[in-house]
Amino acid sequence: MNATAECLLRPGNTNCGGCGMSTGLTMLGRALADAGDSCTLVIPACCGIVTAGAYPTTSYGVPTIASTFASSPAVASGVATIRDLNDEPGQVVCWAGDGGTYDIGLATLSAAAERNENIIYICYDNEIYGNTGGQRSSATPAGAKTSTTPSGKREGKKDVMSIMAAHRIPYAATLSVAHPGDFARKIAAALSMSGMRFLLMHSPCPTGWKSEPADSIELVRIAVKSGLFPVYEVFDGVSYRINVEPDGTDPAAYYDRQRRFGAGEIDLDATRRECAERMARLRVLAERFSTD
Amino acid sequence: MTVQVVTGNQAAGHALSLAAEANRTARGAACGIYPITPQTEIVEYVAKFPFSKGRVVPVESEHSAMAVSIGASLSGARAFTASSANGLAYMAENVMVAGFYRLPIVMVAVNRTLGPPWNIWADQGDTLMLRDFPWLQFYCETNQEVLDTTLLAFRLAEDARILLPALTCMDAFIVSHTQTETSMPEQDQVDRYLPDLRLPHRMHYDEARTVGGLAWPHEGLSMRLEIDEAMKRTPAVYEACRQAFIDIFGRDPGDTIQPYETDDAETVVVATGTMATTAREVVRKRREAGRKVGLVKLKLFRPFPEERLRDACGSANRIAVLDRNYAAGAGGVFWQDTRAAFQGRRDDLLIQNYLAGLCGGDVTPAVIETILDDLETREAAGEPVWMGIESGEEVTQ
Repeated sequence: MNATAECLLRPGNTNCGGCGMSTGLTMLGRALADAGDSCTLVIPACCGIVTAGAYPTTSYGVPTIASTFASSPAVASGVATIRDLNDEPGQVVCWAGDGGTYDIGLATLSAAAERNENIIYICYDNEIYGNTGGQRSSATPAGAKTSTTPSGKREGKKDVMSIMAAHRIPYAATLSVAHPGDFARKIAAALSMSGMRFLLMHSPCPTGWKSEPADSIELVRIAVKSGLFPVYEVFDGVSYRINVEPDGTDPAAYYDRQRRFGAGEIDLDATRRECAERMARLRVLAERFSTD
Repeated sequence: MTVQVVTGNQAAGHALSLAAEANRTARGAACGIYPITPQTEIVEYVAKFPFSKGRVVPVESEHSAMAVSIGASLSGARAFTASSANGLAYMAENVMVAGFYRLPIVMVAVNRTLGPPWNIWADQGDTLMLRDFPWLQFYCETNQEVLDTTLLAFRLAEDARILLPALTCMDAFIVSHTQTETSMPEQDQVDRYLPDLRLPHRMHYDEARTVGGLAWPHEGLSMRLEIDEAMKRTPAVYEACRQAFIDIFGRDPGDTIQPYETDDAETVVVATGTMATTAREVVRKRREAGRKVGLVKLKLFRPFPEERLRDACGSANRIAVLDRNYAAGAGGVFWQDTRAAFQGRRDDLLIQNYLAGLCGGDVTPAVIETILDDLETREAAGEPVWMGIESGEEVTQ
């Protein structure tokens, strides 16, 4: 059957209502189709591969390879190598969760970035091991209750964007499904480059976040507007650009609407300070090391 | 074809490089490489080979080395790698995947002791740890056999009737680092021997197909059964690959099982790798002294050549199985399979296990003489005998 990114995620998949990963896949497909491009997906163990459904059917409209948990950037390196040796079109896109990116696959990702492999790596970060039923990852924010942090996680979220930018890869950017225009523009930007392109997508997960499916987009919108999840891009690891400036939205609304955070258990003043500092630091980088 | 003085590693590197280069007229070749003693020289060899349509990807781990080769192979390219010992253990998850994906990847393994404690010398426990994965496994005795078997492994693995990855093994240092005269084939010979790889289930950029997702029990079962059928076809297809090899290179890469003086042998030694070389010499001398002793060298381990082994031991009443490996709590691996091969068919046969050369110990002619003396005076088989404890004397548990 002919592949088409136009319908990258096909109807009939069994993903949860309000799944941000599903929205992200649809946006990725549209951006690829708009650019007249397509892709081969390489997906490690995560909800993304369960999405494909049972053999021999598939919910993906493009060729899709399941890799082992830690291996998607390495398998993609092999696929992209042979594509390039044969002058074939299409992107090779790793589509991986935060477990596969921040944790078990980080060394593999780092090595592929250091080699500047000609692939696009998209992490849909739902801040939890969702596929196994909701355990902590190093992307889980402080205070979140998971099945392995029943009293709330003590440690904060790993800053994987800084880690990836430190590899001086051509492009590293964050994506929010609440900002589809910015999302599409960044996919288009990634398609116009070669080498390692890393995209980090904040991915609402009602099942893991214990939130209402209808709130998914709103939650990640609040995360952007409050400075919890900055939307920005880094070129060659040195030039920074903030794409969406927070508008002073209070992060409290983000915590109140997710039952993974215990009522009154989050130090909101500390969170507000962190948000302000995070944005201040990025503004300094964007002004001092601008893309202009 | 020129005869050169090379190490086993260089012989393997030459075979891998020429095989990969031979696919330049198709989808090319790629591999992930990662160093580990004592195989490092192999990946260094391929890293400096001037491929016309290939790429060697120097990755950060054995796990990723196999992953790169999986990605390349799924894309229809010829793919390969090399590893050893703990590297194979670290790689194991993706070794398994290559098999279940039915990818004809060829890997050369230098058999080295698994640690801890730290030990770089010969022991087969590393590749035998992978014995239950869907891979063909060959154990080689000489540099020439490593080279020839590696080339043959590509043709066999890529055969549409097989489509399984293959592992070519050699003993650390005894083969990997020992220089011997080796016939090094030319590219045009390898080009003739290895046709363009046409992987029937390769991925196409314009074909919406998912590989490796969920499969229900009946689908998984069918896939396992297909692997078993391919395993069963292996000896016959191997023989065809062997004959084609002889036609092109004028040299026999060797049978899957290699009996020596077994026709009327009452006592048979079953051995692999360089232990077979030493055992053959001991058998030759004993034959000169009129002793009815023989040797069976197992070259093919997976699939296990049960029937051929039974035939080769037809006249024997005593078998010594030499294992340079130890499956904790269960004796030697070759012994386990040898016993199973005779189970219920030759219950009169005395099959005794000797754990020899473990952790890189030397297996000298004297060691094999000791084993044969022990075997010939035994009234019944017992627990595996550990050789080499206390300066060469045996210790029975």
